[in-house]
Amino acid sequence: MAQTIKPAQTAELAALVADYAREVARRRRISLIGLAAVVLGIAVASWAAEVRLDVLVEHIGNFSGYVAGLFVLDTGGVAFADPVYWFWGLGKWGRLLADTLLMAYVGTFLGAIIGFCLCFFSARNLMKSAWLCAIMRRFLEFGRTVPDIVFALIFVAAFGLGPVPGVLAIAMHTTGALGKLFAEVVENIDMKPVEGIASTGGSWLQQIRFAVLPQVQTNFVSYALLRFEINVRSAGVLGFVGAGGIGETLLVSIRRFYASDVSAILIMLIVTVMVIDYATEKLRHALLGDGERA
Amino acid sequence: MSDQASESMITSDNAGKLRAVFLRDGAAIAARHDAAMRLGWAKRLPVMLSFCAVFALLVFGMLYLGFSIDLFVSGLPNLTFIIGLMIPPNPGTWARVLYYLNQLGQTLGIAFLGTLFATLLAFPFGFLAAKNVVPSLVVHVLSRRLFDTVRGIDTLVWALVWINVVGLGPFAGTLAIICSDFGALAKLFSEAIEAVDRKAVEGVLSSGGSRIESVRFGMLPQVLPVITSQVLYFFESNTRSATIIGIVGAGGIGLSLSEMISTLEWHQVSFIILMLLLTVSVIDYLSTKLRIAIIGPRAA
Repeated sequence: MAQTIKPAQTAELAALVADYAREVARRRRISLIGLAAVVLGIAVASWAAEVRLDVLVEHIGNFSGYVAGLFVLDTGGVAFADPVYWFWGLGKWGRLLADTLLMAYVGTFLGAIIGFCLCFFSARNLMKSAWLCAIMRRFLEFGRTVPDIVFALIFVAAFGLGPVPGVLAIAMHTTGALGKLFAEVVENIDMKPVEGIASTGGSWLQQIRFAVLPQVQTNFVSYALLRFEINVRSAGVLGFVGAGGIGETLLVSIRRFYASDVSAILIMLIVTVMVIDYATEKLRHALLGDGERA
Repeated sequence: MSDQASESMITSDNAGKLRAVFLRDGAAIAARHDAAMRLGWAKRLPVMLSFCAVFALLVFGMLYLGFSIDLFVSGLPNLTFIIGLMIPPNPGTWARVLYYLNQLGQTLGIAFLGTLFATLLAFPFGFLAAKNVVPSLVVHVLSRRLFDTVRGIDTLVWALVWINVVGLGPFAGTLAIICSDFGALAKLFSEAIEAVDRKAVEGVLSSGGSRIESVRFGMLPQVLPVITSQVLYFFESNTRSATIIGIVGAGGIGLSLSEMISTLEWHQVSFIILMLLLTVSVIDYLSTKLRIAIIGPRAA
Protein backbone atom coordinates (compact mmCIF):
# COMPACT_ATOMS: atom_id res chain seq x y z
CA MET A 1 0.00 0.00 0.00
CA ALA A 2 2.95 2.28 0.52
CA GLN A 3 2.77 4.90 -2.17
CA THR A 4 4.91 7.90 -2.79
CA ILE A 5 3.00 11.12 -2.91
CA LYS A 6 3.59 12.91 -6.14
CA PRO A 7 4.10 16.68 -6.06
CA ALA A 8 0.74 17.23 -7.82
CA GLN A 9 -1.03 15.26 -5.12
CA THR A 10 0.69 17.26 -2.41
CA ALA A 11 -0.59 20.43 -4.00
CA GLU A 12 -4.09 19.00 -4.19
CA LEU A 13 -3.80 17.91 -0.59
CA ALA A 14 -2.70 21.36 0.48
CA ALA A 15 -5.70 22.86 -1.31
CA LEU A 16 -8.00 20.41 0.41
CA VAL A 17 -6.49 21.16 3.81
CA ALA A 18 -6.86 24.86 3.18
CA ASP A 19 -10.48 24.35 2.14
CA TYR A 20 -11.13 22.32 5.25
CA ALA A 21 -9.54 24.98 7.45
CA ARG A 22 -11.63 27.65 5.75
CA GLU A 23 -14.81 25.63 6.27
CA VAL A 24 -14.02 25.09 9.96
CA ALA A 25 -13.23 28.79 10.37
CA ARG A 26 -16.51 29.69 8.66
CA ARG A 27 -18.51 27.47 11.02
CA ARG A 28 -16.61 28.81 14.03
CA ARG A 29 -17.41 32.32 12.89
CA ILE A 30 -21.14 31.51 12.58
CA SER A 31 -21.13 29.89 16.00
CA LEU A 32 -19.40 32.92 17.50
CA ILE A 33 -21.86 35.32 15.91
CA GLY A 34 -24.71 33.14 17.22
CA LEU A 35 -23.18 33.13 20.68
CA ALA A 36 -22.76 36.91 20.61
CA ALA A 37 -26.41 37.27 19.57
CA VAL A 38 -27.51 35.05 22.45
CA VAL A 39 -25.38 37.00 24.96
CA LEU A 40 -26.81 40.26 23.65
CA GLY A 41 -30.28 38.75 23.92
CA ILE A 42 -29.61 37.75 27.53
CA ALA A 43 -28.46 41.27 28.37
CA VAL A 44 -31.50 42.95 26.80
CA ALA A 45 -33.93 40.37 28.18
CA SER A 46 -32.44 40.57 31.67
CA TRP A 47 -32.94 44.30 31.61
CA ALA A 48 -36.52 43.91 30.36
CA ALA A 49 -37.41 41.15 32.81
CA GLU A 50 -35.83 43.04 35.73
CA VAL A 51 -33.54 40.17 36.67
CA ARG A 52 -32.03 40.84 40.05
CA LEU A 53 -29.55 38.10 40.82
CA ASP A 54 -28.66 39.72 44.15
CA VAL A 55 -32.28 39.34 45.26
CA LEU A 56 -32.29 35.73 44.10
CA VAL A 57 -29.05 34.94 45.93
CA GLU A 58 -30.24 36.77 49.02
CA HIS A 59 -33.62 35.06 49.12
CA ILE A 60 -32.83 31.65 47.65
CA GLY A 61 -32.99 30.38 51.20
CA ASN A 62 -36.64 31.45 51.20
CA PHE A 63 -37.30 29.02 48.38
CA SER A 64 -35.96 25.95 50.14
CA GLY A 65 -37.52 27.25 53.34
CA TYR A 66 -40.83 27.69 51.55
CA VAL A 67 -40.73 24.20 50.03
CA ALA A 68 -39.75 22.67 53.36
CA GLY A 69 -42.46 24.70 55.07
CA LEU A 70 -45.08 23.14 52.80
CA PHE A 71 -44.57 19.87 54.64
CA VAL A 72 -45.11 21.27 58.12
CA LEU A 73 -48.60 20.90 59.62
CA ASP A 74 -50.22 23.79 61.46
CA THR A 75 -49.72 21.77 64.63
CA GLY A 76 -45.97 22.09 64.02
CA GLY A 77 -45.53 18.38 63.21
CA VAL A 78 -44.05 16.90 60.06
CA ALA A 79 -46.70 16.18 57.46
CA PHE A 80 -45.46 12.69 56.60
CA ALA A 81 -45.88 11.58 60.20
CA ASP A 82 -49.61 12.29 60.23
CA PRO A 83 -51.06 11.72 56.75
CA VAL A 84 -54.65 11.64 58.03
CA TYR A 85 -54.33 15.14 59.46
CA TRP A 86 -52.32 16.28 56.41
CA PHE A 87 -55.04 15.16 53.97
CA TRP A 88 -57.90 16.34 56.18
CA GLY A 89 -59.77 17.71 53.16
CA LEU A 90 -59.41 14.58 51.04
CA GLY A 91 -63.16 14.31 50.36
CA LYS A 92 -63.59 17.98 49.42
CA TRP A 93 -60.40 18.13 47.34
CA GLY A 94 -61.25 14.83 45.67
CA ARG A 95 -64.61 16.23 44.56
CA LEU A 96 -62.96 19.41 43.26
CA LEU A 97 -60.36 17.32 41.45
CA ALA A 98 -63.15 15.24 39.88
CA ASP A 99 -64.77 18.53 38.80
CA THR A 100 -61.47 19.56 37.25
CA LEU A 101 -61.15 16.28 35.34
CA LEU A 102 -64.74 16.53 34.16
CA MET A 103 -64.12 20.11 32.99
CA ALA A 104 -61.11 18.97 31.00
CA TYR A 105 -63.10 16.05 29.55
CA VAL A 106 -66.12 18.08 28.49
CA GLY A 107 -63.96 20.95 27.23
CA THR A 108 -61.72 18.62 25.21
CA PHE A 109 -64.74 16.78 23.83
CA LEU A 110 -66.60 19.91 22.72
CA GLY A 111 -63.40 21.43 21.31
CA ALA A 112 -62.59 18.21 19.47
CA ILE A 113 -66.08 18.06 17.94
CA ILE A 114 -65.93 21.66 16.74
CA GLY A 115 -62.32 21.22 15.58
CA PHE A 116 -63.40 18.06 13.75
CA CYS A 117 -66.17 19.90 11.93
CA LEU A 118 -63.92 22.83 11.02
CA CYS A 119 -60.80 20.90 10.00
CA PHE A 120 -62.31 19.74 6.70
CA PHE A 121 -62.98 23.33 5.76
CA SER A 122 -59.41 24.39 6.51
CA ALA A 123 -57.72 21.49 4.70
CA ARG A 124 -56.49 22.69 1.31
CA ASN A 125 -56.97 19.36 -0.44
CA LEU A 126 -60.69 19.13 0.41
CA MET A 127 -61.72 22.78 0.46
CA LYS A 128 -61.81 24.24 -3.01
CA SER A 129 -62.78 27.71 -1.85
CA ALA A 130 -59.55 29.46 -0.90
CA TRP A 131 -61.10 32.31 1.04
CA LEU A 132 -63.24 30.05 3.24
CA CYS A 133 -60.11 28.02 3.92
CA ALA A 134 -58.19 31.19 4.88
CA ILE A 135 -60.97 32.41 7.18
CA MET A 136 -61.13 29.04 8.94
CA ARG A 137 -57.37 29.03 9.38
CA ARG A 138 -57.37 32.52 10.90
CA PHE A 139 -60.16 31.50 13.28
CA LEU A 140 -58.30 28.38 14.41
CA GLU A 141 -55.13 30.43 14.83
CA PHE A 142 -57.02 32.90 17.01
CA GLY A 143 -58.38 30.11 19.24
CA ARG A 144 -54.94 28.56 19.52
CA THR A 145 -53.01 31.75 20.25
CA VAL A 146 -55.20 33.28 22.93
CA PRO A 147 -54.41 31.32 26.13
CA ASP A 148 -57.38 29.48 27.64
CA ILE A 149 -57.12 31.45 30.86
CA VAL A 150 -57.73 34.68 28.90
CA PHE A 151 -60.84 33.14 27.34
CA ALA A 152 -61.82 32.10 30.87
CA LEU A 153 -61.51 35.71 32.11
CA ILE A 154 -63.79 36.93 29.32
CA PHE A 155 -66.31 34.10 29.72
CA VAL A 156 -66.43 34.61 33.49
CA ALA A 157 -67.37 38.22 32.81
CA ALA A 158 -70.18 37.05 30.51
CA PHE A 159 -71.48 33.90 32.22
CA GLY A 160 -70.56 34.51 35.85
CA LEU A 161 -68.32 32.45 38.14
CA GLY A 162 -68.37 28.66 37.91
CA PRO A 163 -67.11 25.75 35.84
CA VAL A 164 -69.15 26.52 32.69
CA PRO A 165 -66.96 29.46 31.53
CA GLY A 166 -63.92 27.29 32.29
CA VAL A 167 -65.25 24.49 30.09
CA LEU A 168 -66.05 26.96 27.30
CA ALA A 169 -62.56 28.45 27.55
CA ILE A 170 -60.97 25.00 27.28
CA ALA A 171 -63.27 24.14 24.37
CA MET A 172 -62.36 27.35 22.55
CA HIS A 173 -58.62 26.86 22.94
CA THR A 174 -58.89 23.15 22.09
CA THR A 175 -60.85 23.93 18.92
CA GLY A 176 -57.94 26.05 17.71
CA ALA A 177 -55.24 23.60 18.68
CA LEU A 178 -56.94 20.41 17.50
CA GLY A 179 -58.49 21.98 14.39
CA LYS A 180 -55.02 22.82 13.11
CA LEU A 181 -53.58 19.38 13.86
CA PHE A 182 -56.63 17.65 12.38
CA ALA A 183 -56.37 19.74 9.21
CA GLU A 184 -52.70 18.78 8.88
CA VAL A 185 -53.63 15.10 9.16
CA VAL A 186 -56.33 15.53 6.52
CA GLU A 187 -53.90 17.28 4.19
CA ASN A 188 -51.56 14.29 4.35
CA ILE A 189 -54.10 11.62 3.36
CA ASP A 190 -54.03 9.49 0.24
CA MET A 191 -56.41 11.22 -2.20
CA LYS A 192 -57.17 8.12 -4.32
CA PRO A 193 -60.10 6.88 -2.18
CA VAL A 194 -61.56 10.41 -2.27
CA GLU A 195 -61.35 10.40 -6.08
CA GLY A 196 -62.90 6.94 -6.09
CA ILE A 197 -65.93 8.04 -4.11
CA ALA A 198 -66.20 11.24 -6.15
CA SER A 199 -66.12 9.30 -9.42
CA THR A 200 -69.04 7.13 -8.30
CA GLY A 201 -71.03 10.26 -7.69
CA GLY A 202 -70.55 10.56 -3.94
CA SER A 203 -71.27 13.95 -2.43
CA TRP A 204 -68.69 15.99 -0.50
CA LEU A 205 -70.04 14.62 2.80
CA GLN A 206 -69.93 11.05 1.48
CA GLN A 207 -66.33 11.58 0.34
CA ILE A 208 -65.41 12.66 3.86
CA ARG A 209 -67.36 9.86 5.55
CA PHE A 210 -66.15 6.96 3.40
CA ALA A 211 -62.78 8.09 2.03
CA VAL A 212 -61.26 10.58 4.50
CA LEU A 213 -62.55 9.41 7.87
CA PRO A 214 -61.21 5.83 7.71
CA GLN A 215 -57.73 7.24 7.02
CA VAL A 216 -57.66 9.83 9.78
CA GLN A 217 -59.73 8.51 12.68
CA THR A 218 -56.93 6.90 14.72
CA ASN A 219 -54.73 9.98 14.43
CA PHE A 220 -57.63 12.21 15.42
CA VAL A 221 -58.36 10.19 18.55
CA SER A 222 -54.68 10.10 19.42
CA TYR A 223 -54.34 13.89 19.14
CA ALA A 224 -57.53 14.37 21.18
CA LEU A 225 -56.13 12.17 23.96
CA LEU A 226 -52.89 14.16 23.95
CA ARG A 227 -54.89 17.36 24.20
CA PHE A 228 -56.98 15.93 27.06
CA GLU A 229 -53.79 15.43 29.05
CA ILE A 230 -52.73 19.03 28.41
CA ASN A 231 -56.21 20.29 29.32
CA VAL A 232 -56.20 18.45 32.65
CA ARG A 233 -53.12 20.47 33.58
CA SER A 234 -54.61 23.78 32.52
CA ALA A 235 -58.05 23.04 34.06
CA GLY A 236 -56.21 22.81 37.38
CA VAL A 237 -55.40 26.53 37.31
CA LEU A 238 -58.52 27.93 35.63
CA GLY A 239 -59.93 28.30 39.15
CA PHE A 240 -57.38 31.11 39.64
CA VAL A 241 -59.73 33.37 37.69
CA GLY A 242 -62.91 31.87 39.14
CA ALA A 243 -63.64 29.40 36.35
CA GLY A 244 -64.21 26.32 38.51
CA GLY A 245 -62.19 23.28 39.52
CA ILE A 246 -59.57 22.91 42.20
CA GLY A 247 -57.60 26.04 41.23
CA GLU A 248 -59.52 28.44 43.45
CA THR A 249 -58.91 26.37 46.59
CA LEU A 250 -55.26 26.05 45.63
CA LEU A 251 -54.92 29.80 45.09
CA VAL A 252 -56.55 30.58 48.44
CA SER A 253 -54.28 28.09 50.20
CA ILE A 254 -51.16 29.58 48.63
CA ARG A 255 -52.17 33.18 49.27
CA ARG A 256 -53.08 32.52 52.92
CA PHE A 257 -50.07 30.29 53.61
CA TYR A 258 -52.07 27.16 54.48
CA ALA A 259 -48.77 25.40 53.93
CA SER A 260 -49.66 21.75 54.36
CA ASP A 261 -52.88 22.19 52.36
CA VAL A 262 -50.86 23.49 49.43
CA SER A 263 -48.58 20.46 49.44
CA ALA A 264 -51.52 18.06 49.85
CA ILE A 265 -53.46 19.58 46.93
CA LEU A 266 -50.34 19.75 44.75
CA ILE A 267 -49.55 16.11 45.47
CA MET A 268 -53.09 15.11 44.52
CA LEU A 269 -52.88 17.16 41.33
CA ILE A 270 -49.47 15.80 40.35
CA VAL A 271 -50.51 12.20 40.96
CA THR A 272 -53.68 12.72 38.91
CA VAL A 273 -51.71 14.28 36.05
CA MET A 274 -49.19 11.40 36.13
CA VAL A 275 -51.98 8.80 36.05
CA ILE A 276 -53.73 10.55 33.15
CA ASP A 277 -50.36 10.90 31.40
CA TYR A 278 -49.70 7.19 31.75
CA ALA A 279 -53.23 6.09 30.82
CA THR A 280 -53.47 8.25 27.68
CA GLU A 281 -50.02 7.12 26.56
CA LYS A 282 -51.03 3.45 26.92
CA LEU A 283 -54.30 4.11 25.12
CA ARG A 284 -52.55 5.91 22.28
CA HIS A 285 -50.02 3.13 21.86
CA ALA A 286 -52.83 0.56 21.79
CA LEU A 287 -54.66 2.67 19.23
CA LEU A 288 -51.78 3.39 16.89
CA GLY A 289 -50.12 0.00 17.27
CA ASP A 290 -46.72 -0.24 18.88
CA GLY A 291 -43.75 0.81 16.83
CA GLU A 292 -45.81 2.60 14.22
CA ARG A 293 -45.55 6.04 15.79
CA ALA A 294 -45.98 7.45 19.25
CA MET B 1 -71.63 -7.72 -20.93
CA SER B 2 -70.22 -9.65 -17.94
CA ASP B 3 -69.17 -7.97 -14.70
CA GLN B 4 -65.57 -8.91 -15.35
CA ALA B 5 -65.57 -7.14 -18.68
CA SER B 6 -67.15 -4.00 -17.29
CA GLU B 7 -64.71 -3.92 -14.37
CA SER B 8 -61.73 -4.16 -16.70
CA MET B 9 -63.09 -1.24 -18.67
CA ILE B 10 -62.88 1.15 -15.72
CA THR B 11 -60.10 3.57 -16.47
CA SER B 12 -59.63 7.19 -15.58
CA ASP B 13 -61.31 8.10 -18.91
CA ASN B 14 -64.61 6.48 -18.17
CA ALA B 15 -64.60 6.47 -14.37
CA GLY B 16 -68.08 8.01 -14.42
CA LYS B 17 -69.36 4.74 -15.88
CA LEU B 18 -68.57 2.99 -12.60
CA ARG B 19 -71.65 4.59 -11.15
CA ALA B 20 -73.84 3.31 -13.98
CA VAL B 21 -72.38 -0.17 -13.61
CA PHE B 22 -72.93 -0.17 -9.88
CA LEU B 23 -76.48 1.10 -10.19
CA ARG B 24 -77.22 -1.72 -12.67
CA ASP B 25 -75.33 -4.59 -11.01
CA GLY B 26 -75.08 -3.30 -7.43
CA ALA B 27 -77.48 -5.84 -5.97
CA ALA B 28 -75.69 -8.77 -7.62
CA ILE B 29 -72.26 -7.56 -6.51
CA ALA B 30 -73.52 -7.09 -2.95
CA ALA B 31 -74.98 -10.60 -2.99
CA ARG B 32 -71.69 -12.13 -4.16
CA HIS B 33 -69.58 -10.32 -1.52
CA ASP B 34 -72.04 -10.74 1.30
CA ALA B 35 -69.47 -11.21 4.09
CA ALA B 36 -67.47 -8.15 3.10
CA MET B 37 -70.49 -5.87 2.76
CA ARG B 38 -71.94 -6.76 6.16
CA LEU B 39 -70.23 -5.80 9.41
CA GLY B 40 -71.16 -8.38 12.05
CA TRP B 41 -72.83 -7.24 15.25
CA ALA B 42 -70.04 -8.87 17.18
CA LYS B 43 -67.67 -6.34 15.63
CA ARG B 44 -69.98 -3.38 15.86
CA LEU B 45 -71.32 -3.78 19.39
CA PRO B 46 -68.12 -2.92 21.33
CA VAL B 47 -67.59 0.18 19.18
CA MET B 48 -71.22 1.23 19.67
CA LEU B 49 -71.04 0.64 23.42
CA SER B 50 -67.85 2.67 23.85
CA PHE B 51 -69.38 5.47 21.79
CA CYS B 52 -72.43 5.42 24.08
CA ALA B 53 -70.25 5.45 27.21
CA VAL B 54 -68.15 8.37 25.93
CA PHE B 55 -71.25 10.38 25.04
CA ALA B 56 -73.00 9.49 28.31
CA LEU B 57 -69.99 10.84 30.25
CA LEU B 58 -70.12 14.01 28.15
CA VAL B 59 -73.83 14.57 28.87
CA PHE B 60 -73.38 13.75 32.56
CA GLY B 61 -70.41 16.12 32.76
CA MET B 62 -72.30 18.96 31.13
CA LEU B 63 -75.28 18.53 33.47
CA TYR B 64 -73.08 18.09 36.53
CA LEU B 65 -70.96 21.16 35.78
CA GLY B 66 -74.08 23.29 35.45
CA PHE B 67 -74.61 23.66 31.71
CA SER B 68 -78.19 24.85 31.31
CA ILE B 69 -80.30 26.65 28.78
CA ASP B 70 -80.98 29.43 31.30
CA LEU B 71 -77.28 30.09 31.66
CA PHE B 72 -76.83 30.50 27.93
CA VAL B 73 -80.00 32.56 27.58
CA SER B 74 -78.59 35.04 30.08
CA GLY B 75 -74.89 34.64 29.20
CA LEU B 76 -74.84 34.74 25.41
CA PRO B 77 -76.34 38.24 25.16
CA ASN B 78 -73.68 39.35 27.65
CA LEU B 79 -70.99 37.76 25.52
CA THR B 80 -72.21 39.35 22.29
CA PHE B 81 -72.49 42.68 24.13
CA ILE B 82 -68.88 42.35 25.32
CA ILE B 83 -67.66 41.38 21.86
CA GLY B 84 -69.56 44.37 20.49
CA LEU B 85 -67.74 46.62 22.95
CA MET B 86 -64.39 45.14 21.86
CA ILE B 87 -64.83 46.48 18.35
CA PRO B 88 -62.97 48.52 17.34
CA PRO B 89 -59.82 47.79 19.37
CA ASN B 90 -58.68 51.07 20.80
CA PRO B 91 -55.86 51.74 23.27
CA GLY B 92 -57.06 55.28 24.00
CA THR B 93 -53.82 57.26 24.14
CA TRP B 94 -50.34 56.86 22.65
CA ALA B 95 -48.95 56.76 26.16
CA ARG B 96 -50.88 53.55 26.74
CA VAL B 97 -49.59 52.07 23.48
CA LEU B 98 -46.04 52.73 24.65
CA TYR B 99 -46.84 51.23 28.03
CA TYR B 100 -48.25 48.08 26.43
CA LEU B 101 -45.25 47.81 24.09
CA ASN B 102 -42.99 48.06 27.10
CA GLN B 103 -44.90 45.27 28.82
CA LEU B 104 -44.85 43.20 25.66
CA GLY B 105 -41.07 43.58 25.59
CA GLN B 106 -40.99 42.41 29.18
CA THR B 107 -43.10 39.39 28.20
CA LEU B 108 -40.68 38.49 25.42
CA GLY B 109 -37.75 38.95 27.80
CA ILE B 110 -39.35 36.57 30.28
CA ALA B 111 -39.99 33.99 27.55
CA PHE B 112 -36.44 34.27 26.17
CA LEU B 113 -34.63 34.04 29.50
CA GLY B 114 -37.01 31.36 30.76
CA THR B 115 -36.51 29.12 27.73
CA LEU B 116 -32.75 29.69 27.59
CA PHE B 117 -32.00 28.91 31.22
CA ALA B 118 -34.48 26.03 31.31
CA THR B 119 -32.55 24.58 28.36
CA LEU B 120 -29.18 25.06 30.04
CA LEU B 121 -30.48 23.40 33.22
CA ALA B 122 -32.30 20.59 31.42
CA PHE B 123 -29.38 19.72 29.15
CA PRO B 124 -27.18 17.90 31.70
CA PHE B 125 -30.24 16.39 33.38
CA GLY B 126 -31.41 15.01 30.05
CA PHE B 127 -28.14 13.05 29.77
CA LEU B 128 -28.41 11.96 33.39
CA ALA B 129 -31.87 10.51 32.82
CA ALA B 130 -31.05 8.74 29.54
CA LYS B 131 -30.69 4.98 29.96
CA ASN B 132 -27.93 4.73 27.36
CA VAL B 133 -25.73 7.34 29.09
CA VAL B 134 -26.22 6.48 32.76
CA PRO B 135 -27.18 2.80 32.81
CA SER B 136 -28.59 2.84 36.32
CA LEU B 137 -32.26 2.05 36.85
CA VAL B 138 -32.38 3.99 40.14
CA VAL B 139 -31.03 7.19 38.58
CA HIS B 140 -33.33 6.75 35.60
CA VAL B 141 -36.53 6.26 37.59
CA LEU B 142 -35.71 8.95 40.17
CA SER B 143 -34.82 11.59 37.62
CA ARG B 144 -37.87 10.84 35.47
CA ARG B 145 -40.15 11.13 38.52
CA LEU B 146 -38.45 14.42 39.41
CA PHE B 147 -39.19 15.76 35.90
CA ASP B 148 -42.81 14.57 36.12
CA THR B 149 -43.25 16.28 39.49
CA VAL B 150 -41.78 19.58 38.30
CA ARG B 151 -43.78 19.35 35.07
CA GLY B 152 -47.00 18.50 36.91
CA ILE B 153 -46.98 21.88 38.66
CA ASP B 154 -48.38 24.55 36.38
CA THR B 155 -46.39 27.67 35.46
CA LEU B 156 -48.92 29.82 37.31
CA VAL B 157 -48.37 27.86 40.54
CA TRP B 158 -44.61 28.15 40.12
CA ALA B 159 -45.10 31.88 39.62
CA LEU B 160 -46.97 32.12 42.93
CA VAL B 161 -44.19 30.21 44.68
CA TRP B 162 -41.45 32.44 43.24
CA ILE B 163 -43.39 35.59 44.08
CA ASN B 164 -43.06 34.47 47.69
CA VAL B 165 -39.29 34.23 47.24
CA VAL B 166 -38.24 37.20 45.06
CA GLY B 167 -41.32 39.37 45.29
CA LEU B 168 -43.83 40.53 42.63
CA GLY B 169 -42.51 41.28 39.16
CA PRO B 170 -41.16 39.76 35.95
CA PHE B 171 -38.19 38.09 37.66
CA ALA B 172 -40.60 35.74 39.47
CA GLY B 173 -42.21 34.97 36.13
CA THR B 174 -38.85 34.16 34.57
CA LEU B 175 -38.00 31.77 37.39
CA ALA B 176 -41.46 30.18 37.07
CA ILE B 177 -40.97 29.48 33.38
CA ILE B 178 -37.47 28.13 34.04
CA CYS B 179 -38.92 25.69 36.58
CA SER B 180 -41.89 24.37 34.64
CA ASP B 181 -39.95 24.12 31.37
CA PHE B 182 -37.03 22.43 33.04
CA GLY B 183 -39.20 19.37 33.74
CA ALA B 184 -40.72 19.24 30.28
CA LEU B 185 -37.47 19.86 28.38
CA ALA B 186 -35.39 17.45 30.46
CA LYS B 187 -37.92 14.70 29.72
CA LEU B 188 -37.91 15.45 25.99
CA PHE B 189 -34.10 15.68 25.90
CA SER B 190 -33.63 12.34 27.64
CA GLU B 191 -36.07 10.71 25.22
CA ALA B 192 -34.22 12.20 22.27
CA ILE B 193 -30.91 10.96 23.67
CA GLU B 194 -32.30 7.46 24.18
CA ALA B 195 -33.38 7.38 20.54
CA VAL B 196 -29.87 7.97 19.09
CA ASP B 197 -28.20 5.49 16.81
CA ARG B 198 -25.75 3.32 18.80
CA LYS B 199 -23.37 2.88 15.87
CA ALA B 200 -21.76 6.30 16.08
CA VAL B 201 -21.15 5.88 19.82
CA GLU B 202 -19.65 2.42 19.30
CA GLY B 203 -17.49 3.83 16.53
CA VAL B 204 -15.97 6.43 18.84
CA LEU B 205 -15.46 3.85 21.61
CA SER B 206 -13.86 1.30 19.25
CA SER B 207 -11.38 3.86 17.95
CA GLY B 208 -10.18 4.41 21.50
CA GLY B 209 -12.39 7.29 22.63
CA SER B 210 -13.37 7.64 26.25
CA ARG B 211 -17.02 7.53 27.40
CA ILE B 212 -17.13 11.33 27.60
CA GLU B 213 -15.76 11.54 24.06
CA SER B 214 -18.34 9.02 22.86
CA VAL B 215 -21.08 11.29 24.22
CA ARG B 216 -19.47 14.41 22.77
CA PHE B 217 -18.69 13.06 19.29
CA GLY B 218 -21.11 10.13 18.99
CA MET B 219 -24.33 11.37 20.60
CA LEU B 220 -24.25 15.15 20.65
CA PRO B 221 -24.21 15.66 16.86
CA GLN B 222 -27.29 13.41 16.63
CA VAL B 223 -29.34 15.07 19.37
CA LEU B 224 -28.46 18.74 18.81
CA PRO B 225 -30.85 19.27 15.86
CA VAL B 226 -33.72 17.59 17.75
CA ILE B 227 -33.00 19.64 20.86
CA THR B 228 -32.73 22.89 18.91
CA SER B 229 -36.05 22.28 17.25
CA GLN B 230 -37.74 21.48 20.57
CA VAL B 231 -36.25 24.54 22.25
CA LEU B 232 -37.57 26.78 19.48
CA TYR B 233 -41.04 25.26 19.87
CA PHE B 234 -40.84 25.94 23.58
CA PHE B 235 -39.85 29.53 22.98
CA GLU B 236 -42.97 29.95 20.86
CA SER B 237 -45.22 28.37 23.46
CA ASN B 238 -43.50 30.35 26.23
CA THR B 239 -44.37 33.66 24.59
CA ARG B 240 -47.94 32.48 25.10
CA SER B 241 -47.48 31.37 28.72
CA ALA B 242 -45.49 34.53 29.53
CA THR B 243 -48.58 36.53 28.61
CA ILE B 244 -50.65 34.90 31.34
CA ILE B 245 -48.31 34.80 34.32
CA GLY B 246 -49.00 38.52 34.73
CA ILE B 247 -52.48 37.53 35.91
CA VAL B 248 -50.98 36.46 39.25
CA GLY B 249 -48.57 39.40 39.30
CA ALA B 250 -45.44 37.86 37.81
CA GLY B 251 -44.78 40.49 35.15
CA GLY B 252 -45.55 40.90 31.50
CA ILE B 253 -48.62 42.05 29.64
CA GLY B 254 -50.96 39.64 31.47
CA LEU B 255 -51.21 42.14 34.31
CA SER B 256 -52.67 44.83 32.04
CA LEU B 257 -54.89 42.26 30.35
CA SER B 258 -56.49 41.05 33.57
CA GLU B 259 -56.73 44.62 34.90
CA MET B 260 -58.49 45.81 31.76
CA ILE B 261 -60.88 42.85 31.87
CA SER B 262 -61.76 43.41 35.52
CA THR B 263 -62.32 47.13 34.91
CA LEU B 264 -64.37 46.24 31.80
CA GLU B 265 -62.24 48.34 29.42
CA TRP B 266 -63.09 46.07 26.48
CA HIS B 267 -61.57 48.30 23.78
CA GLN B 268 -58.23 47.98 25.50
CA VAL B 269 -58.68 44.24 26.03
CA SER B 270 -59.17 43.63 22.32
CA PHE B 271 -56.21 45.89 21.53
CA ILE B 272 -53.95 43.86 23.83
CA ILE B 273 -55.21 40.57 22.38
CA LEU B 274 -54.54 41.90 18.88
CA MET B 275 -50.99 42.83 19.90
CA LEU B 276 -50.52 39.32 21.30
CA LEU B 277 -51.78 37.67 18.11
CA LEU B 278 -49.44 39.78 16.04
CA THR B 279 -46.42 39.11 18.27
CA VAL B 280 -47.02 35.38 18.42
CA SER B 281 -47.37 35.07 14.66
CA VAL B 282 -44.16 37.07 14.13
CA ILE B 283 -42.33 34.81 16.61
CA ASP B 284 -43.82 31.73 14.90
CA TYR B 285 -42.59 32.96 11.54
CA LEU B 286 -39.10 33.85 12.79
CA SER B 287 -38.58 30.61 14.67
CA THR B 288 -39.68 28.56 11.66
CA LYS B 289 -37.09 30.45 9.59
CA LEU B 290 -34.46 29.90 12.25
CA ARG B 291 -35.31 26.21 12.51
CA ILE B 292 -34.93 25.77 8.77
CA ALA B 293 -31.66 27.71 8.81
CA ILE B 294 -30.21 25.56 11.60
CA ILE B 295 -31.41 22.08 10.80
CA GLY B 296 -32.60 22.17 7.21
CA PRO B 297 -36.12 22.20 5.78
CA ARG B 298 -36.83 18.54 6.53
CA ALA B 299 -37.38 18.95 10.26
CA ALA B 300 -39.44 22.12 10.02
